[in-house]
Amino acid sequence: MAQMNLLQAINNALDIAMAENDSALCFGEDVGHFGGVFRATSGLQEKYGKARCFNTPLVEQGIIGFANGLAAQGSTPIAEIQFADYIFPAFDQIVNEAAKFRYRSGNEFDVGKLTIRSPYGGGIAGGLYHSQSPEAYFAHTPGLKIVVPRNPYQAKGLLLASIRDDNPVIFFEPKRLYRASTGEVPEEDYQLPLGKAEVVKQGSDITLLAWGAQMEIIEKAAEMADNDGISCEIIDLRSILPWDVETIAASVMKTGRLVISQEAPLTAGFASEIAATIQSECFLHLESPIARVCGMDTPYPLALEKEYVSDHLKTYEAIKNSLNY
Amino acid sequence: MRCYNNVLNLWAKTQTIIISKDRINNSIWYQCLASKVILYLIQDGYSFPLARKADNKENAMNSEVYKESPVVHQPAFIDGHSVEIPILKILQQDGSVYQGAELPKIDQALATRIYKALAFHRVLDERMVGAQRQGRISFYMAALGEEAASVGGAAGLEDQDMIMAQYREQGALMYRGFSLEDFMNQMFSNEKDLGKGRQMPIHYGSNALNYMTISSPLGTQIPQAAGYAYGQKLQGKDAVTMCYFGEGAASEGDFHAGLNMAAVHQAPVIFFCRNNGYAISTPADEQFVGNGIASRGVGYGIKTIRIDGNDILAVLKATQLAREYALKENKPVIIEAMSYRLGAHSTSDDPSGYRTREEEAKWQAHDPILRMKNWMLANEWWDEAQETALFESLREDVLAAVKVAEKIDKPPVEDLVTDVYDQVPEHLNKQLNELKQHIKKYPESYPFTAGRIK
Repeated sequence: MAQMNLLQAINNALDIAMAENDSALCFGEDVGHFGGVFRATSGLQEKYGKARCFNTPLVEQGIIGFANGLAAQGSTPIAEIQFADYIFPAFDQIVNEAAKFRYRSGNEFDVGKLTIRSPYGGGIAGGLYHSQSPEAYFAHTPGLKIVVPRNPYQAKGLLLASIRDDNPVIFFEPKRLYRASTGEVPEEDYQLPLGKAEVVKQGSDITLLAWGAQMEIIEKAAEMADNDGISCEIIDLRSILPWDVETIAASVMKTGRLVISQEAPLTAGFASEIAATIQSECFLHLESPIARVCGMDTPYPLALEKEYVSDHLKTYEAIKNSLNY
Repeated sequence: MRCYNNVLNLWAKTQTIIISKDRINNSIWYQCLASKVILYLIQDGYSFPLARKADNKENAMNSEVYKESPVVHQPAFIDGHSVEIPILKILQQDGSVYQGAELPKIDQALATRIYKALAFHRVLDERMVGAQRQGRISFYMAALGEEAASVGGAAGLEDQDMIMAQYREQGALMYRGFSLEDFMNQMFSNEKDLGKGRQMPIHYGSNALNYMTISSPLGTQIPQAAGYAYGQKLQGKDAVTMCYFGEGAASEGDFHAGLNMAAVHQAPVIFFCRNNGYAISTPADEQFVGNGIASRGVGYGIKTIRIDGNDILAVLKATQLAREYALKENKPVIIEAMSYRLGAHSTSDDPSGYRTREEEAKWQAHDPILRMKNWMLANEWWDEAQETALFESLREDVLAAVKVAEKIDKPPVEDLVTDVYDQVPEHLNKQLNELKQHIKKYPESYPFTAGRIK
């Protein structure tokens, strides 16, 4: 085991993927010698050469179009979109192309080897365009897998699983935690399952559900609730699409209450999808309405970031409201 | 660089930044401070070009090319049309070859194969437009008058080359040997369609024939072709990628993205533009002002050739040369084939609403198939008896194939949920089972599948 931060864990996963597979390529804006603006691809060009780890022109639709072509050809492209806020020029290549490649061809062709990595989320004074959490847009698209890790150990295992999975995967990395989150990470190869949530802490009174950087928010809220004698079950969803209905439903059947916390705005966020499914699966077990603690329905602000975000205090209040319903 | 610029703006405004411990632990500031970029900037003060200092010297912008330019001291614009682009013509309409023209590599066997594909194309289009009018299929797109571009392009390639087409290049697939039955099964969306009845008619695809399944969104195959070719190059394949698109699709952002990516990353891809004058109803002169699509090649630093797209020998010659160059140099090439879409865009529109009969008549005189026939006759590689027999048998075959394909069952209901992912996930199995229960309840409303649900 080594101590790694989340960036080092990602870099380590990419290193393993490129070492084992000559057709694995890492590319994106500033990804080459510079190692990416966050340094996720540091050292990879030196190790694997310019043909396999390289800078691309500033054209997100080109990056993902190029990656789709590579994946269809049989290579293993790992494309980086510098910030999730800038993924939208590539929306067509992701939603109309990558996601539908296998289906529309009757499995004559596929881009299952494609992985798209992108830093997402706020809390870094990044304002409107360095803070967004766009997972819900993609969750509405059959054919994609969406994965969000919460810490370095999860990041390495989930990224390796994403790269090796035979479906296009969008891997959203919580950039607020890139250097802030450190932990023990095995240096050897391992994978964590896609499509499976993880019960991080058992509890009996209420289920708290989140993913990515929001996990530490609900953990903090759970500590506050614990001081009030409330026992919280904490679950990391890990995969947004397909998502693990079974684990969440089983927990809610037990606790009778659910608070979902997400960074993205409230309306039509992924928390809404979870709430709809869980009320249908667990209707007679629910003791109170499912609560969504989310960003506000505004663009991501700068000066008023603290006010805007779904922080631990808002989550704590939602827990108490649920218990006192 | 975006985040750095953001930070730099603040730096420039405040001059002094007091960064709290809390911020350092947990923010982009820390990440920027940890990078070379910001250190350079702090040393040198705020100015944009400094960001380049962090780049690897080897990767730094190559400005040598500009040093050779003449220097002027009076401002002068260069003209947007200053690039003169010749057009390659080899074959004349009467079947004779232009004097001094350099012929492509072609013999009687290749010529006959090409001509048969052209004839098949003409007959299939004619019959299927008819079948659509009779309500037997929902939709069709003919390529009347521009068949030489797709057939000739495919003939200039090798079988292992990938073709990524737009949608009006069925001729390339015909040349490669996609069977009449395969065409029919796709158009009738029956259970034998390789695409499992999922896409509208004419969205063909075949892994065995290296012909990428057609996608309706325009231009998306252009950056994909760059990536596909890059993969071919890295794996040392004796293969290139052929990417077809129209002059209208060249207005899409993906065109720019794809050409620039291919040029920068040196991908062996042939970008083949069929400039047929129209994007549905929009004429080319309302699509762009520049000198066609070929002029753009200069901007991307890509070797480019413009050809008469109705001249099968010019198409073949240009494609043969382009393939050779792309493979040898590992670089992209652009071919702009000038043609005219004599038919409608699709069976859903009527060109009489946006162009004149006179304009169409002018182009009818440039029929590429007749031109090749004249050349074949002149070479004594073909005669009128063969001509009549070929067209008659093709018409009969197509008619018979329609009758077979339209009677084949639609795909089973299970095909709704397969191939969304490599395996059917839990939630889709659940949705399929719910659907089956529903169909059993109202079988008369779902005649394609009700009888086959277990």
